[in-house]
Amino acid sequence: MPDTVIQASNLSLTYGSADGAVQALSGIDLAIERGEFVSLIGPSGCGKTTLLRVIADLETATSGSITVNGVSPHEARLKRSYGYVFQAPALYPWRTIAGNVGLPLEIMGHSREDRRERVAKNLALVNLEGFERKFPWQLSGGMQQRASIARALSFDPDLLLMDEPFGALDEIVRDKLNEQLLRLWDLTRKTVVFVTHSIPEAVFLSTRIVVMSPRPGRIHEIIPCDFPRDRTLDIRETPEFLAIANRVRQGLREGHSYD
Amino acid sequence: MSARRGLSGFWTGHLGPILAVCVAIVALWYAGAVWMNADLQRSAFDNAGQKSWTTGELVAGTLAQERPRLPAPHQVAQELWKTVVDTAPSSKRSLVYHAGVTLSATLLGFLFGAGLGVGLAVLIVHVRSLERSLMPWIIASQTIPIIALAPMIVIILNQLDVTGIVPKAAIAAYLSFFPVTVGMVKGLRSPDPLQLDLLRTYSASQAQTFWSLRLPASVPFLFASLKVGVAASLVGTVVAELTQSADGGFGARLLAGSYYGQTIQIWAAIFAAAFCACALIAAVALADRVVARRMGYAR
Repeated sequence: MPDTVIQASNLSLTYGSADGAVQALSGIDLAIERGEFVSLIGPSGCGKTTLLRVIADLETATSGSITVNGVSPHEARLKRSYGYVFQAPALYPWRTIAGNVGLPLEIMGHSREDRRERVAKNLALVNLEGFERKFPWQLSGGMQQRASIARALSFDPDLLLMDEPFGALDEIVRDKLNEQLLRLWDLTRKTVVFVTHSIPEAVFLSTRIVVMSPRPGRIHEIIPCDFPRDRTLDIRETPEFLAIANRVRQGLREGHSYD
Repeated sequence: MSARRGLSGFWTGHLGPILAVCVAIVALWYAGAVWMNADLQRSAFDNAGQKSWTTGELVAGTLAQERPRLPAPHQVAQELWKTVVDTAPSSKRSLVYHAGVTLSATLLGFLFGAGLGVGLAVLIVHVRSLERSLMPWIIASQTIPIIALAPMIVIILNQLDVTGIVPKAAIAAYLSFFPVTVGMVKGLRSPDPLQLDLLRTYSASQAQTFWSLRLPASVPFLFASLKVGVAASLVGTVVAELTQSADGGFGARLLAGSYYGQTIQIWAAIFAAAFCACALIAAVALADRVVARRMGYAR
């Protein structure tokens, strides 16, 4: 397996619409190494979700090149190389939590025994033991999103693509889940690409922060952010943390300045 | 105090309004029976040589005619009692016997119709060109009055040596497949883009998407359209029985009643058919509830 998980060069995506074309992505150059936690941050319309969807082969770039694990996103999707966490939990209401977490395993043809084992393991990973037989509506929003993370992890992909997974949650729940996600990342050594519009969240979680700007969606700046892997929420009070947060804020402002 | 609370409970609960509506309908019905049958009653008095009568006599007469224009509720109730309880179910004079004839064709037709409806919906959702090529025919099929079409279907099928329950079931199916098709097309398309994207990230096949997402998502739509379909199925059977009346059934009862001016018999058959339709819908609703509970929808 190559050490560069995602390699994009001069990637562009244009949506054709009735009142003219919209350039969602323009000239994206980005390389993500194995084991990194990369956040894409930017205002709405900067193409951060679109970039994630291109990596996942949910959208197709109009020009430029991109590889995921050394192959095209399409092949990577067919190989089931990534787990995707959406903005909403997207749990199927007619399935129990165990049934939802086991859904990808069913699709991929794992045995019943193996499914049960993996579901139990991953529910434990997100602290949802004992909720196997509950239905989604019986869980809070934060718990539902944790279940959806367990679902993305259940088939043990090396790459985790997360699209504002905590965007709809309140600050306290979000802090807690951020800490859990960081520990999970440290534990499983996965590569994570994480879309967010929260500066503290990006700085707290990432090894690198990709600051994007809108119209056309492009990369404004890539800011390294190398706190130790076992960081805790306390680092948010340190001058180093605030300095990086300020750089990100500065970058976002510059990207926005022309309109 | 407690009596007052009991009385207000009577009006705010379910029972009060239901009873009030029933009483109002029965009262209207009696008034209508008196009004509609008064002419007949006057000429009956004339024919009998009775020159004068009191209002009381007139009213009593209008509610006790043998072949009234509009039978009174108690006459229909008496007829129902006579033909349901007092007559052996094996007798051709028993409404239970006729209900059996109608219900068996209804259920067979409903089964065919629901199956056909689901099958068409699956095809339409998966083969894009079929929506344009098939849907106009499906809609056209429902614009033809069934009362005009039913005799022809029965005659054509009889020509092909298809007799007995099948022609009636075919017409029941003809009426019941449509709501099921429309409901299921909507249901199979009800998953939102996020739920579909999720399966795409697992590179799930079309068949897997159908079984694990489209079909379970369509279940609430299925039951809603089955309720419409089962009632339509009964109507189709009754219409078919008007043509194929030798086998019996509610339709045959209606036809015989209108031949001989037996209005009480007609109304009794109408009420029995309505009751059967309600029972069928209640059965579908029960199945709906059981399935919803098993699928985690019950809260």
